[in-house]
Amino acid sequence: MSVLVNSDSRVLVQGITGKEGSFHTEQMRAFGTNVVAGVSPGKSGQDANGVPIFDTVADAVQETGANVAGVFVPPAFAADAIMESAASLVPLTVCITEFVPVHDMLKAVSFVQRHGVRLLGPNCPGIATPGACKVGIIPNHINAPGPVGIVGRSGTLTYEVIQGLGQSGMGQTTSVGIGGDPVMGLTFTEVLQLFAADDATRAVVLIGEIGGSDEENAAAWMRESGFDKPVVAFISGRTAPPGKRMGHAGAIISGNTGTAQSKIDALTAAGAAIADTIEDVVRLTAERLGRS
Amino acid sequence: MKLLEYQAKQRFAAAGIEIPKGRLARTPDEAASAERDLGRIAIKAQVPIGGRGKAGGIAVVDSPEDARAEAERILNLDIRGYPVNSVWCEQGLEIESEFYLGITLDRDRRRLVIIFSASGGMEIEQVAEESPEKISKLWPDPFEGPHSFQIRQLAFQALGQDSKFRESAAKIANALAGVATRLYDVATTLDALTCEINPLALTPDGKLIAADGKLEIDDNAAWRHRDVAEEIAGQPAGTDAVSGDDPFEEEAKRRGLTYVHLQGDIGCIGNGAGLAMNTLDLVKQQGGEPANFLDVGGGASAEKVRNALEMVLLDSNVKGVFINIFGGITRGDEVARGVVQARDELQIKKPLVVRMTGTREEEGRAILQEAGITPALSATEGARAIVALAKGKQP
Repeated sequence: MSVLVNSDSRVLVQGITGKEGSFHTEQMRAFGTNVVAGVSPGKSGQDANGVPIFDTVADAVQETGANVAGVFVPPAFAADAIMESAASLVPLTVCITEFVPVHDMLKAVSFVQRHGVRLLGPNCPGIATPGACKVGIIPNHINAPGPVGIVGRSGTLTYEVIQGLGQSGMGQTTSVGIGGDPVMGLTFTEVLQLFAADDATRAVVLIGEIGGSDEENAAAWMRESGFDKPVVAFISGRTAPPGKRMGHAGAIISGNTGTAQSKIDALTAAGAAIADTIEDVVRLTAERLGRS
Repeated sequence: MKLLEYQAKQRFAAAGIEIPKGRLARTPDEAASAERDLGRIAIKAQVPIGGRGKAGGIAVVDSPEDARAEAERILNLDIRGYPVNSVWCEQGLEIESEFYLGITLDRDRRRLVIIFSASGGMEIEQVAEESPEKISKLWPDPFEGPHSFQIRQLAFQALGQDSKFRESAAKIANALAGVATRLYDVATTLDALTCEINPLALTPDGKLIAADGKLEIDDNAAWRHRDVAEEIAGQPAGTDAVSGDDPFEEEAKRRGLTYVHLQGDIGCIGNGAGLAMNTLDLVKQQGGEPANFLDVGGGASAEKVRNALEMVLLDSNVKGVFINIFGGITRGDEVARGVVQARDELQIKKPLVVRMTGTREEEGRAILQEAGITPALSATEGARAIVALAKGKQP
């Protein structure tokens, strides 16, 4: 079992002929992902290492039955690409592209909601269900199947957790990178809801960071819903000064909102175990799974 | 990109929002001449930061002599790290009430929010904290924008709480519909993250005038506004529209690095924003003080690491550098060789600690060890090592 992507996922790649798109398409296929189509306007009829290319998402969906889209186009075109797959009612679009203008995302997110489909990202590492499907750029070799659901805002820090858990014999149902932008698709809360409904997920690791209140919102939902799977949370940016944007566009403390302490307090109150280091994440997760 | 007050106001005026008559002065003489032409004026320091009034950056004068003297004083100020390079000399307004009108991003709702309050002025943050009911909000649909009736509703909601507006509410609401619609146009046209008029002055003849202006443009959209950046700053697009930024951060921008200057003495380099932030947390946890935040980006080529190392060491406070890299498919031996080469070429004598994962990481650690650079097995261990080494102790 898993969330969002599995062995039935049929993936189309927007921007498949670009540098990032072509490289990661091959990585995704090496992972075992069923990449059924690429989209690159003006290149229909061609193929990318055997993957048929279409001019439009609509054509690709009609011809191949693609049900997940991965967006690897440059920032200026990312919002349009997201809306294109949403308009074709592709159930899940994963946008890897970084530096997408916020105003573009306001429209894209609204469009996606209106079409009743889901968006992951932008500026995210994507999603991986070991042994079944990966959409995005999470390094292949660190993933292993197992009982832990992982959801994180930061790319490399999420990889650290995947790898750290894996090295201690704890694999993942699905790892989900929601991204570090201020305006994004799936939130921590929505991913937790998916993990709640997934029987195979026995514990969740949440990797948050300063900025916004998505972690606090997730904590509130955990309390209200009585979420009963163990959660280990890790918050980065405890020492970040207010008013400074720490790399991610979304990682900024403004006024009293977005501080690490507020997130840690909220998650603690919701019953999550707080980890100070990656080693702590591994230790606490093992304990919660009854493996220590 | 943060615009200065006068730059923001010029944008507002171009969109049809009324602003007071004013003129920019870079010298005391220019300020005196502005007073001669405009009469009684406020002289306002042009710095990209709030709280300038309390810092002595605003003066009201009614003679050329006073204008010269006050401009001279203000042009010599340094307001929270920002030297004052120019002052905006603005005709005094007769003000009946001060409102607040702002547009900013509401992350939770994933929409822009238009905020209006009848209690504008210096203390708006206090109002927001203590009497949130005095702040009215509207979240327009991003495809439709705000409708006039919605803004009138917003105005009636805010004004209805104060009996002094009983007579004038409808007139103000109509005027606000015009101003807020135009401000929303400015915000969306310019990709603004914040677009604010505080105070929005109500004059005795019922006009709404932007007595101040704040405008911050999304850096991710800077490519759409090269003209703004160039025209406003006389600087190439992509760089900050304001001068007086931290010199280290300006240098980092030129080098294409995401860097934040801090006050400590441990240089920190990580790849990926979350991991780089966590690197700082670990250094602090081990009793050290980070000198900076630096994210070299997702991949971590030897060239990138070298550039980052050079950047971090420009700060002479730095006593040692901790490099924390999640390699993924990057080869550890290549990163290690890159670090050794950079150290030799840059003749770095200060201690370096490198923690990295990736393919061939054992090989990488051996290369570092041989070259006298401390390899760490975990990030926590690396942080402990660099904090000890920077204090002149053995790890």
